[in-house]
Amino acid sequence: MATLSVSRAPLGGFSFENCKRNAVLEADSAKLGSSVPAARKTGTTICGIVFKDGIVLGADTRATEGMIVADKNCSKIHYISPNIYCCGAGTAADTEMTTQIISSNLELHGLSTGRLPRVATANRMLKQMLFRYQGYIGAALVLGGVDCMGPHLYSIYPHGSTDKLPYVTMGSGSLAAMAVFEDRYKPDMELEEAKRLVRDAIAGGIFNDLGSGSNIDLCVITKGNVDYIRPHDEANKKGVRVNELETLCQTGDYKYKKGTTGVLTKVITPLNLDTVGEHVQTMDTS
Amino acid sequence: MISAQSFGENGKMKDYHHTGPVEYRFSPYTFNGGTVLAVAGEDFAIVASDTRLSEGYSIHSRDSPKCYKLTDTTVIGCSGFHGDCLTLTKIIDARLKMYKHSNNKMMTSGAIAAMLSTILYGRRFFPYYVYNIIGGLDEHGKGAVYSFDPVGSYQRDTYKAGGSASAMLQPLLDNQIGFKNMTGVEHVPLSKDKAVQLVKDVFISAAERDVYTGDALQILGIFVDTNEIPRLQFLCIYQADHWQEVSLPGGGLDDCAFTFSLRIKINVGSIFLLVIWIHVQ
Repeated sequence: MATLSVSRAPLGGFSFENCKRNAVLEADSAKLGSSVPAARKTGTTICGIVFKDGIVLGADTRATEGMIVADKNCSKIHYISPNIYCCGAGTAADTEMTTQIISSNLELHGLSTGRLPRVATANRMLKQMLFRYQGYIGAALVLGGVDCMGPHLYSIYPHGSTDKLPYVTMGSGSLAAMAVFEDRYKPDMELEEAKRLVRDAIAGGIFNDLGSGSNIDLCVITKGNVDYIRPHDEANKKGVRVNELETLCQTGDYKYKKGTTGVLTKVITPLNLDTVGEHVQTMDTS
Repeated sequence: MISAQSFGENGKMKDYHHTGPVEYRFSPYTFNGGTVLAVAGEDFAIVASDTRLSEGYSIHSRDSPKCYKLTDTTVIGCSGFHGDCLTLTKIIDARLKMYKHSNNKMMTSGAIAAMLSTILYGRRFFPYYVYNIIGGLDEHGKGAVYSFDPVGSYQRDTYKAGGSASAMLQPLLDNQIGFKNMTGVEHVPLSKDKAVQLVKDVFISAAERDVYTGDALQILGIFVDTNEIPRLQFLCIYQADHWQEVSLPGGGLDDCAFTFSLRIKINVGSIFLLVIWIHVQ
């Protein structure tokens, strides 16, 4: 009779079985001379405030790889549910995947309860997941939304602790943004004042922190309505080369003529295909 | 609050209180960022630098240029650790004075480069953390660029980028000035205006992608004017973020030596005042 090996039921608590494997992999790759690919961090400024009618979330749009800008216009305000949005700082992949996992779990939960999800539920799900991974998931989040009990704002740290506060900032530019908040925050602000305050806080992070930059995204959540403003403010436009403003002959022209790259051999194979449809998507050359 | 320093070595967030002994080391160096670029033409040289001084994720100053004038024909650009940049330029200035007094002539660009190499190697075992690029006119009036590493290895180049965004700028310069990786292109000698335009464009690209480079661009030009006198011209401070080109007009010799001559005038004035005061008393 063939012996079937049945895997044991998973024991409770933490499982560190992959740590040994990871250590071996790291040692092997070091022997070969290569290093484990470093995760891209966002090096960010994110913030949120509670105002009279709801929540305003704000974020910058720069993603860095070390000290080089990897993405000049990335989106850091993630969708969780129709009434809840979450800004993410820290490792870009971690914030993206964590918010997507909790978003899909919340949708299933909402179908099961038949109600719009509450911010406290999203908070509880996020903190329980992050604590389970003991800080190895480098996601620092600002979670905000409006539910049946009113507007709520939470900050969630990678180890799994959370704070429920009227105004929060996270990321490498959090100190600059918090300085602006501590100066001008007051409870029950109007919408325009709240948007201006969040915009100024993110701008403080963008101009004084090297890890943050580019534009300012805003997300205004009120009862029954979400206003996702991207970009709210293009704080940094790319330098305009002088020859675009005035006609200067033969300076600043970086177009290459045909034939600049030498062609060594040329083989043409005709493919007989029929054109079914045509769609043009312009490349983002900004 | 999350900051870059709170990520530990193994990728996990560092705890607020460490368990067990932690070794803290004092590092004599820090990296203050900045990018420097020099281009040599047939009868001119251009040295440019950004003006941002940073440390970690913060900015110390938005107005700290990295080009220093050495003589009427030579400019040095220093980036890296700002403390060593300042000390090194002071040492070079002192050595220039000593040479002038004992040899009764100004040092040529080549001589300054050779001297800098020995100064840097003298600190081989506690180096100056500075990436230097010297730009100027040689004794024949041709443009010269000398690029260094922190311990004094140097060579003469036509163009060189140094500092934090050097890896981004150098390939672009190789292509546009050295005509590398292009076939069938006419090798036009570089004119002064085209060189200045190229330097501005190249710094725009560097500022987009390198966090340490930005705020403003300072360009210094060294060329021979119509009277066959080599002079140094402060071409412009180009503020990329605010789109204000603050351009200083190229006047006579007064413009290029403006800082030095002003200082002398003030000193003379104050001495006169002192003399008058004592007399009256």
